Amino acid sequence: MKEINEMNLPENVLYSTDHEWSRVKDGKVRIGISDYAQDQLGEIVFIEVPEIGATFKKGDVFGTLESIKAVAEMLIPITCEVLAVNTDLEGSPELVNQDPYDKGWIIDVKPDDSSELNQLMNKDAYLEMLKGMGK
Amino acid sequence: MQEMVGTTGLILNEPLLTERGRKGRCGISLPRRDVEYFPLDASIAGEGPNFPDLSEVEVVRHYTRLSTWNFGVDTGLYPLGSCTMKYNPKTNERQAALPGFAGAHPLLPASLSQGVLKMMYDLQGFLAELTCMDAVTLQPAAGAHGELAGMLIFHAYHQSKGAPRSKIIVPDTAHGTNPASAALCGYRPVNVQSNEQGVLSPETIAAVMDEETAGIMITNPNTLGLFEENIQQIAEIVHARGGLVYADGANMNAIMGIVGVGDIGVDVLHLNLHKTFSTPHGGGGPGSGPVCVKTYLEPFLPVPRVSEKDGRYFLSEDFPQSVGKLHGFYGHVGVMIRAYCYILSLGPELKKVSQLAVLNANYIKEKLKDTLHLPYDRPCMHECVFSDKNQEAEKVTTLDMVKRLIDYGFHPPTIYFPLVVHGAIMIEPTETESKEDLDVFIESFKNVVKDAKENPEMLHDAPRKPKLRRLDETSAARHPCLTC
Repeated sequence: MKEINEMNLPENVLYSTDHEWSRVKDGKVRIGISDYAQDQLGEIVFIEVPEIGATFKKGDVFGTLESIKAVAEMLIPITCEVLAVNTDLEGSPELVNQDPYDKGWIIDVKPDDSSELNQLMNKDAYLEMLKGMGK
Repeated sequence: MQEMVGTTGLILNEPLLTERGRKGRCGISLPRRDVEYFPLDASIAGEGPNFPDLSEVEVVRHYTRLSTWNFGVDTGLYPLGSCTMKYNPKTNERQAALPGFAGAHPLLPASLSQGVLKMMYDLQGFLAELTCMDAVTLQPAAGAHGELAGMLIFHAYHQSKGAPRSKIIVPDTAHGTNPASAALCGYRPVNVQSNEQGVLSPETIAAVMDEETAGIMITNPNTLGLFEENIQQIAEIVHARGGLVYADGANMNAIMGIVGVGDIGVDVLHLNLHKTFSTPHGGGGPGSGPVCVKTYLEPFLPVPRVSEKDGRYFLSEDFPQSVGKLHGFYGHVGVMIRAYCYILSLGPELKKVSQLAVLNANYIKEKLKDTLHLPYDRPCMHECVFSDKNQEAEKVTTLDMVKRLIDYGFHPPTIYFPLVVHGAIMIEPTETESKEDLDVFIESFKNVVKDAKENPEMLHDAPRKPKLRRLDETSAARHPCLTC
């Protein structure tokens, strides 16, 4: 397992308290899980993703991640509709471990209200939160 | 220090049976035919399955060799405890194999099944007495099936009041199957969190319990091995708003003869006969999950029910408010026989089983709490929960430590459960382990922690002594190879 200061935390995404990241591009928001989340879960063996067109309210469970240790729920950071899901994860769930911010993305969504993104954390705030956990 | 249990020695390889044998070899001689020849119907005749032809000694050696690769509760301390399988006295196996029981057929009429039916009827009474509940069904096939039966009873109860409800409260220290059983029955599970002492606060329940909530499912002792000490207050809150209290009795091994579950506000309780009452089940069954209820819920119990009139025992379907039938015949009778025998052979000593189980767990907790991180430092019930927090600096995880424990001659305990403890190590020694064996286990775990400090790399490679080393659990889960 990684130390907090070894975490890969890019600047170009926004983080939620439940360790999902969101990245805005061309009006869409791409969502995945942070390096911290994948590291805590360990080797991921199965990912359950929603169907295209599904709608979620902020905080809803939008999918599950199964690792050799446990099954974890993913919580949606913003109220939205699902536009696309990463179909590569079905055959290669390890992408989430290997490349959580790029090839391991989970879903693309259309936000109901883009201003909800303002409530998410930038890298520094998220890092502070991680440092405060478990201490 | 004492000699360690774990050692290495010669182990024999053994191929699959299909890779053994020669055409024409045979391990069994059939007696001369003593009935008239009768040809098979052509529609069911044909080539048989391609079984290998084997001699008797090939088969005996095959299974004997495989058994030497295994670690079981008959080999040594198995800290998965009653949750997976405690040591089950051999007499119970023997009684279950008595020809009168083993040869009984579920299609025999009641008049030819009086012995089996009496055993079942009496067992219902024993379980009711042991739990201070009023009526019992033995039908559910295992624990989660018992939970489903309990939820169906909840639903039938609220329906009979003309006001079905939609939600069930399930704490984070309940068994993982609880929310699944509630959801399967159409209820929405409402997750609530335990407090910093690892148990539920009455205020937490008061905040969520409403007229739409059918009741609560509470595992007691909970999955942290702690007794839910506020259960009476919680039951009062739930009852005051018209709800019912379900207790998951999977951890009954801690409280037999000590807690009258029916006297502390529980309306429905399931027991795991295969966990607490002596049936070998690690590896998948069969189980038995009797459900015990209070008088006002008795009309809803599944049918058929084992009944008695004028000294004759029979199965009765005559309960119009019943939730219906839950099992093909009437549950897993072999498991019931073992439980019946276990209860009769121990009698009042059942209380001592729980006392020793709790004492042994507390002994391990006290002896290891300066070595391993103990998240909830308070008296535990039949199991204690540590974590790998003290090993973070060495980057040694729970998984590494329990794999190393194998080298010392012990089966790993439950790991990464309960989920409320990060990197959990849950140890349940059970009642049968002697102080000498517990001391060797404790000493071994201390050595594992010492190894972790001095040579973390060795732990990442552990185990080193068994026939097979660290298995690739990730590939096994990602690319399962299913054969039959």
